Amino acid sequence: MSAVMVKAENVHKSFGHVEVLKGIDLEVKNGEVFCLLGPSGSGKSTFLRCINHLEQVSAGRLSVDGALIGYREVGDKLHEMKPKEIAAQRRDIGMVFQRFNLFPHLTALENVMQAPVKIRGVGKAEAREQALRLLDRVGLAERVDNYPGQLSGGQQQRVAIARALAMKPKLMLFDEPTSALDPELVGEVLDVMKDLAREGMTMIVVTHEIGFAREVADTVVFMDGGVVVEAGSPAEVIDAPQHDRTKSFLSKVL
Amino acid sequence: MATTTPAARTSTAPAPIKAVPIRHYGQWASAAVVLLLAGGLLYSVAANDNIQWSVVGDYMFRPEIFHGIGITLALTVLSMVLGVIGGVLLAVMRLSGNPVLRAVSGGYLWIFRGTPVLVQIVIWFNLALVFPRLGVGSFSVDTNHVISPFGAALLALALNEAAYMAEIVRGGILSVDQGQTEAAHALGYSGAKTMRLIVLPQAMRVIVPPTGNEVVTMLKTTALVYAIGAADLFTEAYNFGSKNFTLFEMYLVASFWYLVMTTVLSTLQSRLEKKYAKGSHAVTTRTGGITRLFFLRNAQGGVA
Ligand SMILES: Nc1ncnc2c1ncn2[C@@H]1O[C@H](COP(=O)(O)OP(=O)(O)OP(=O)(O)O)[C@@H](O)[C@H]1O
Ligand SMILES: [Mg+2]
Repeated sequence: MSAVMVKAENVHKSFGHVEVLKGIDLEVKNGEVFCLLGPSGSGKSTFLRCINHLEQVSAGRLSVDGALIGYREVGDKLHEMKPKEIAAQRRDIGMVFQRFNLFPHLTALENVMQAPVKIRGVGKAEAREQALRLLDRVGLAERVDNYPGQLSGGQQQRVAIARALAMKPKLMLFDEPTSALDPELVGEVLDVMKDLAREGMTMIVVTHEIGFAREVADTVVFMDGGVVVEAGSPAEVIDAPQHDRTKSFLSKVL
Repeated sequence: MATTTPAARTSTAPAPIKAVPIRHYGQWASAAVVLLLAGGLLYSVAANDNIQWSVVGDYMFRPEIFHGIGITLALTVLSMVLGVIGGVLLAVMRLSGNPVLRAVSGGYLWIFRGTPVLVQIVIWFNLALVFPRLGVGSFSVDTNHVISPFGAALLALALNEAAYMAEIVRGGILSVDQGQTEAAHALGYSGAKTMRLIVLPQAMRVIVPPTGNEVVTMLKTTALVYAIGAADLFTEAYNFGSKNFTLFEMYLVASFWYLVMTTVLSTLQSRLEKKYAKGSHAVTTRTGGITRLFFLRNAQGGVA
């Protein structure tokens, strides 16, 4: 494992004629908690989705754990990866969505078990044991046989985190994991994430929870209009922002 | 504490409302007209000297008829099974990123939905006219050995059904939230596994009810294979009737059995539909007049 988990060099992304990412340069170190802040439409989700190739980068280089995402480098030429290779890369990168996206036809336990069994080829008994352990860890030992429709938003999001962890990822991506939650349910999800950070998981978190970023993040990045405006420690970016755009954004969300 | 809290006021339930219901004179009048017409029609058929009712009763349970029912059911079940499999394949092709697969699926639908089933049945049956032998390279067989009437009927019905099922399955797949596919991809599912383990199981809710409908329709459509003498219920009834100069009687026999089968299937179908429509709003019917009289006596006034 290299010391740098994610490396973005001049990453661009366009949808048709609209350029959404206009040259992103950043480095996420191993074991780091990396928070992305920024106004709506600034390209945070798009950047996150590029990291596991849900979107294809249009220009620049993006690598995870030393391997280019979506491309193989042969000599000085890039070759597009086959869907199978892309799927293999994604297995090591967990993602948690704003709208949970649990599989509604499967119970909480099955949601967490299915990918290890069907994708990694782990034995059923072993996967079940691991899933129970993970659900216990996110505080849902009692709800393992419930379907997503029978769980609250906060519980669903915790199942979604357990589901991603079941693939034993080396990197976790969170796209506004608490934005769709009622205020009183936000804490239970953030607590699980803090636990995860304490255990040394490398995490990139898009969030509007400034308190969480200040407490947990090693690095905070403020994005606007498809570029990184400011990056640094929480003390630098949140408490003593240098740029006017950062200041005006923070004054609105704080 | 206050003496007039809302809870205290509603603690004794008021007496149920006893209002005079709306009178539905129009319903009563039209029901009388319908009854009169239906009765007249029934009488003219029942008392018709040209129909030998004893023959209808005698032939109702003949072995030929039961053989025909067997073939009709076999054709229905087999062509639906093949049609569903084909429909899923065509739908997945239609939605794939591969333009060749999309075009093939589109072309298939265009041809099979754009021509009458009856014509397709006759074409498959007469395949030997243009392709006397079927095969590749040195291996070939006599077309007429492969394409029996039953084989041609099954082939035609299944291929045609696949085109219709493709649209139903496609609608089902599109009804599944895009976030489901993304979540599966993010976990490392391949396209095929995403479809099989995540999307299709969720699409079932939308696919199953109209498929039940297709089964009922298919059961009736099988009668078309009479054109190639595939020994289904209608063919058997027709053959038997024309031999014994009791054609009309045999049509009635066939109709009776079709009605029995479609009634059973429709009942199953509406149960299935209810089961899969869970969550969507219930149909509220206006009850009044005749409905109230016949079905809601207990609810309305406690008349047993
Ligand atoms: N698939 C797409 N096709 C076209 N435009 C897109 C697509 N996805 C995103 N965009 C555009 O890219 C821009 C950035 O979107 P993105 O979702 O990355 O913003 P964001 O920073 O995550 O905002 P939010 O806080 O609202 O989630 C937006 O203007 C959006 O309309
Ligand atoms: Mg976003």
